[in-house]
Amino acid sequence: MKEATCACNENVSEGELFERLDKFLLEYKDRPGGLIPILQYAQAIFGYLPEKVLKYVSTKLDKPYSEVAGVVSFYSFFSTHPRGKYLIRVCLGTACYVRGGKEILDAVKKDLKIDVGETTQDRLFSLEVGRCFGACGLAPVILVNENVHRRVKPSKVNEILGAYRGGTGDEQ
Amino acid sequence: MPKLTINNMTVEAEEGTTILQAAKKININIPTLCYMQNFEPIGACRVCLVEVEGIRDPVASCSTPIKEGMKVYTNSKMAREARKLVVELLLSEHEGDCQLCDRNEDCELQSLAQEMGIKLIRYQGEKSRRILDESTPALVRDSAKCINCRRCVTVCNLIQGVGSIFPQGRGFKTYIGPAFNGTLDSVTCVQCGQCAAVCPVGAISERDQIDEVWKAIDNPNKFVVVQTAPAIRAALGECFDYEPGTLVTGKMVTALRKIGFDAVFDTNFTADLTIIEEGTELLTRLKKALVEKDKNVALPMLTSCSPGWINYAESFFPQILPNISTCKSPQQMFGAVAKTFYAEKIGRKPEDMVVVSVMPCTAKKYEAQRPEMNSSGYQDVDIVLTTRELGRMIRQAGLDFDQLEDGVMDSPLGQSSGAADIFGNTGGVMEAALRTVYEIVTGKDFPFPKLHVTPIAGLQGVKEASVKIESTVPDWDFLKGVELKVAVVHGLSNVKKLMEKIISGEATYHFIEVMCCPGGCIGGGGQPRLTDDKVRNARISALYREDEGKKLRKSHENPDIKKIYEEFLKKPLGEKSHELLHTHYHAQEKI
Repeated sequence: MKEATCACNENVSEGELFERLDKFLLEYKDRPGGLIPILQYAQAIFGYLPEKVLKYVSTKLDKPYSEVAGVVSFYSFFSTHPRGKYLIRVCLGTACYVRGGKEILDAVKKDLKIDVGETTQDRLFSLEVGRCFGACGLAPVILVNENVHRRVKPSKVNEILGAYRGGTGDEQ
Repeated sequence: MPKLTINNMTVEAEEGTTILQAAKKININIPTLCYMQNFEPIGACRVCLVEVEGIRDPVASCSTPIKEGMKVYTNSKMAREARKLVVELLLSEHEGDCQLCDRNEDCELQSLAQEMGIKLIRYQGEKSRRILDESTPALVRDSAKCINCRRCVTVCNLIQGVGSIFPQGRGFKTYIGPAFNGTLDSVTCVQCGQCAAVCPVGAISERDQIDEVWKAIDNPNKFVVVQTAPAIRAALGECFDYEPGTLVTGKMVTALRKIGFDAVFDTNFTADLTIIEEGTELLTRLKKALVEKDKNVALPMLTSCSPGWINYAESFFPQILPNISTCKSPQQMFGAVAKTFYAEKIGRKPEDMVVVSVMPCTAKKYEAQRPEMNSSGYQDVDIVLTTRELGRMIRQAGLDFDQLEDGVMDSPLGQSSGAADIFGNTGGVMEAALRTVYEIVTGKDFPFPKLHVTPIAGLQGVKEASVKIESTVPDWDFLKGVELKVAVVHGLSNVKKLMEKIISGEATYHFIEVMCCPGGCIGGGGQPRLTDDKVRNARISALYREDEGKKLRKSHENPDIKKIYEEFLKKPLGEKSHELLHTHYHAQEKI
């Protein structure tokens, strides 16, 4: 799949984003199983999957909107709400779960004062739950954007998040 | 062909046959809640578990193909217990307020629990979340009763090609419904009710309007008339355990009279009227195209009786709307005529009349409340009941259906031809139209044996026929030598394919009959459950029997139809017809 980056820091109009999506659609719309890569791309460039985009994809692929929504709501990766600058995914896959993933999640929730699926008021953090990132040896893990934090303890959560608040999170 | 044993009985079946199908061959019944005839099994409900020797866990018989030498046990301890456990688990999350459910005693889950002797729900846990969707005039959905079998998803997506509903979310929170758990009115839904017709439980049903009917009957100031669609007489008996395909026209009339309707009429009457109006419309369009060489005339002409089809066309094929006959459906024509012509006759004001119709269809509930359907200044049809609701109402009235004598419809909107009876099945409207159009144009008897156009009968998705017009009466001599090409299509996914061919020019016809539901109205979303092809065929042959049993078999020969033109309408497509019997369509956004 083509690399796609979030366009939220670029000064791009919605129209231009739809143009990018159109190019991608052209390539993927007749491929079997093309819906998921299209949704991934759309989420990457729009930052999330707004209703308008999903209806557009449904029309372009001649697939029922209910089916597109069904796929979006099945995978926790997809979000229909705008997300914060940093997306935190707390892994609740089997290994992370047994090594205290749930407690990590509670600590993050408490720290950010938001629930799963929500975004902080300052649009800095969004919280999601993950189902295994393939790093079970490092359990429990959390992902902040692309950064993997290994063997996290509830007591470390504030420190990890604090670094992102202070702008040095990516260096951790 | 692989040979296997099921419960120690040897059975041989073709490669690819499933255990469930092979068992059926030797009359072993394995229960299932998600299986659907003519579709790939999806193994969603897990109720069809059986034991296979050498395999540790029970397997789903609906989706396991047979193998040479396989030893299957459908009734071993393991199989029985596994199935029972699955049903117990389904019951544990199902909101089982059976006494209050309209599926009480007509519920596949309830029957299974009974059959299995489940006396106690051993697992008490979280129930499915209740989202009650009462957003549409036709259908009511209750997610707390849904067992996620996905039959509705299959009909909506694969048979009808509409796709209003699909599984949303996942795991325990899976919810079968429109996008993001929205309501049905927020998406394109044609209201055909095929989902309600296949639902094994009470998760999708028609909106129950029985109380509204009682209220009208109880009001002494209202004159309440009822009309029954052709397809009701061939299916209502099933609500009282009659064999599918038993004709109960006479008993139905008596039941309606005993319930208290002031007049019992027949939608068949306006089916005959539809043929006169629609036939004339077709001939007028053909004349414009062939004689006046008018390039703007929309051909092929498409029938307009099926409200599910109209809803579908408005959303999915707005470019085809000019091709659809402007005739209202027989239900709506009846309402308009009852509140004008008949109201005048009995000296009543239209506002004091209540028109109730009994339809095999849920989309008719939607159609009745379309704002344009008010020719008398009041809603043409006030309340629409499905066949199932009428069955319940007859019970509520305490009538012993079996003991009812045969009654006869009232006059003047009760007499109909056999051509009207077959409006209820695929191919029937076309055959009825051809019987009339041919005779008007040629002045000769319709030349088909028993008056049936066999190439357009039956359950094949798209059917076609042609009728050569060899000679004509002087008025229609422009049709001399023309080969009238017609097609018949039912089930919206078939309709989609045909419409695409019409639009691309790949297929050309003069006239097409379109019915939304597979088999036509006899397989409608409001008919007794469960409708499979065997039931469809039984109901279809019942309607052909009703037709053949009548002396009067052509719409244009119906004396009451002649009378209504003489006394009231004057001429087909005339001013009065235009006002009362015709309508227009609006493109709708597809979501």
